[in-house]
Amino acid sequence: MSAVIDDHAGHEHDHGPAKGLMRWVLTTNHKDIGTMYLWFSFTMFLLGGSFAMVIRAELFQPGLQIVEPAFFNQMTTMHGLIMVFGAVMPAFVGLANWMIPLMIGAPDMALPRLNNFSFWLLPAAFAMLVSTLFTAGGGPNFGWTFYAPLSTTYAPESVTFFIFAIHMMGISSIMGAINVIATILNLRAPGMTLMKMPLFVWTWLITAFLLIAVMPVLAGCVTMMLMDIHFGTSFFSAAGGGDPVLFQHVFWFFGHPEVYIMILPAFGAVSSIIPAFSRKPLFGYTSMVYATASIAFLSFIVWAHHMFVVGIPVVGELFFMYATMLIAVPTGVKVFNWVSTMWEGSLTFETPMLFAVAFVILFTIGGFSGLMLAIAPADFQYHDTYFVVAHFHYVLVPGAIFGIFASAYYWLPKWTGHMYDETLGKLHFWLSFIGMNMAFFPMHFVGLAGMPRRVPDYNLQFADFNMVSSIGAFIFGATQIFFLFIVIKCIRGGEPAPAKPWDGAEGLEWTVPSPAPYHTFVTPPEVK
Amino acid sequence: MATHEHYYVPAQSKWPIIGTFALLITMVGLGTWFNDLKAGRPESHGPLIFFVGGLLVAYMMFGWFGAVIRESRAGLYSHQLNKSFRWGMSWFIFSEVMFFIAFFGALFYVRNLSGPWLSGDGAKGVAHMLWPNFEFAWPLLNTPDPQLFPPPKEVIDPWHLPLINTILLVSSSVTVTIAHHALRKGHRGALKFWLALTIALGIAFLTLQAHEYVEAYTELGLTMGSGVYGATFFMLTGFHGAHVTIGTLILIVMLARVFSGHFDNDEHFGFEAASWYWHFVDVVWVGLFIFVYIL
Repeated sequence: MSAVIDDHAGHEHDHGPAKGLMRWVLTTNHKDIGTMYLWFSFTMFLLGGSFAMVIRAELFQPGLQIVEPAFFNQMTTMHGLIMVFGAVMPAFVGLANWMIPLMIGAPDMALPRLNNFSFWLLPAAFAMLVSTLFTAGGGPNFGWTFYAPLSTTYAPESVTFFIFAIHMMGISSIMGAINVIATILNLRAPGMTLMKMPLFVWTWLITAFLLIAVMPVLAGCVTMMLMDIHFGTSFFSAAGGGDPVLFQHVFWFFGHPEVYIMILPAFGAVSSIIPAFSRKPLFGYTSMVYATASIAFLSFIVWAHHMFVVGIPVVGELFFMYATMLIAVPTGVKVFNWVSTMWEGSLTFETPMLFAVAFVILFTIGGFSGLMLAIAPADFQYHDTYFVVAHFHYVLVPGAIFGIFASAYYWLPKWTGHMYDETLGKLHFWLSFIGMNMAFFPMHFVGLAGMPRRVPDYNLQFADFNMVSSIGAFIFGATQIFFLFIVIKCIRGGEPAPAKPWDGAEGLEWTVPSPAPYHTFVTPPEVK
Repeated sequence: MATHEHYYVPAQSKWPIIGTFALLITMVGLGTWFNDLKAGRPESHGPLIFFVGGLLVAYMMFGWFGAVIRESRAGLYSHQLNKSFRWGMSWFIFSEVMFFIAFFGALFYVRNLSGPWLSGDGAKGVAHMLWPNFEFAWPLLNTPDPQLFPPPKEVIDPWHLPLINTILLVSSSVTVTIAHHALRKGHRGALKFWLALTIALGIAFLTLQAHEYVEAYTELGLTMGSGVYGATFFMLTGFHGAHVTIGTLILIVMLARVFSGHFDNDEHFGFEAASWYWHFVDVVWVGLFIFVYIL
């Protein structure tokens, strides 16, 4: 290898990280970038969470007391957008950056500079999006699903910046996903065949495929909005021969795979964590891979179950209803496998395992309410009620976010070189568990009783449950500040972590020291 | 992989952060510009901000691609890294395909479902009550509300300019392949000729497309605002045209690199990626010709 051109090329794996701020700005190191993704995600989680606190404070009792309805709408919109695109997705990309090269024995991600670009686009996009809250016309107020014509004909001016922010997030996601796929397909250590990959790697491979397939469709969707708003086209206007329902089709063609993008990596992480604390290999590895692939495939043919009441032909209702119900089959396979992995295992319940077990139970509750919503005639009753809010918060909070917490506790020793405080971790879990169930479980009841979603005020009959929800949400929200404290405590010190802190854990990531050195697997390991 | 090749991991790079700021400035500029236009505010700063951002994007691309080319020519890239580039480009093109699928999907939906419903057909024919006099036909020469969306008088005849454009673009796919074969055999003269011819065909296509747009706007009344026919027509052909423009620029860069003596007979992924991209815009055009112009 000649190094005539690049002065840093010849010895790049000898030196450690650069010093100061520029280390983070210019870095190409997958661990640095993973760390930045995780911190960015957590910042957005707190910001989106604080918006949720505004919502729950307003809904603490009936009547309008704290915010104007117009501002309330901006809060629900921004809460959704920030949690989906700013908190959950970047957290999983951060985990992918940190763990995939370590799990497959690669020296770094396949395209390190592109990796840095993918990350830095996100703070830029969110700075642009969040800044619109301070403009005269206010921020986006049309819900995170931004249905036309609310988001076109009747949108505030900030919608233009919202569209460009979505474009930047999309570019970031697509480049990140390309990087993940290239890394997994091209940088596996010798002997690491596809069917030997940890499930987290498998689920991310499939997630990356979903991202590349649907983020461009979202880009197309917001581009059509942009043209309708500024250049007189009529994609979503029936007066010109278009159709507002077209918006929903295009959006949900993106949107449904998107919800699996937010859960599949959590499936993968939990599939590593449960075997580790059950001290048994994962039950049904192969079926897990095929179940993940089936879920991904089905995600492309179920989108209109979000639109049962918008007016689609009966044959469409039937097709999308049955296709949606089919998803229960591969998902059931997964839940069965997790439970079977624990069956007769030597279980211990450290914090990652607590989050993982709660994940299995509570995600299944969210899955069941999803099945209820899948039944088209029943959905006519549930649509746009708090039942839907309860459903997707049950799959996203104890699903995606508990998956992220489980992963964070599981791999924190590897990242920081210290064990986190187990007592505090368990306290974090139980407070989150109680707060989350208190916040979201009553929403099932008010939803079934008819309380509509996205309203700042409600009928008196819903008052008690809403107060319980709000108290639960405040507990859950405050607990996450406590998580920040636990992580900082773990970074600053604590019991030194061995290379493999969990005796039942498997995988290449546990063969490198804790904390993982700046460069790992410069020479790929041999996998038997 | 019995013997291990060194996988090149660049230590640090300033280009991504420059690219981030470039893109952010571009988007802020564009957004400001569009909003000021719509609100009728004179003296917008948008165009200037957009222009600065655009320059920065160009600077970033020159710098970043330049660095990659220099590293590649210095022999820092292994066979394995080459494969990463191949996967990267393939999946990038797949993402572009999905971008176009969104617009093709919109076209199919309007033509086959929502359009007929709007004039009273089928399961959702109740939509007809909105504009009882509206009759749906494709091409859409009348819109439900002609005041808001004045319909076109006529649409583009596929058997004139579009047919010529099809011939131009399909031929250019052939010429770029001939150029590729010449490169592999080391026939640099032939390579330069066929690559230059490909670029010329691309430019000819763009010129005719621009001519067609002028005709559509000035003579046929076919505009972006002339109902959903114009919307889908300009969205699909416009984004395709933008991609042909990008493809032509890429090919021009490739030609400049050929003149500077770049590319081995065996290893020339930059050139191959450019030709993949070119074939991709060609395939999209065939789809457009069939579904937008003819049918």
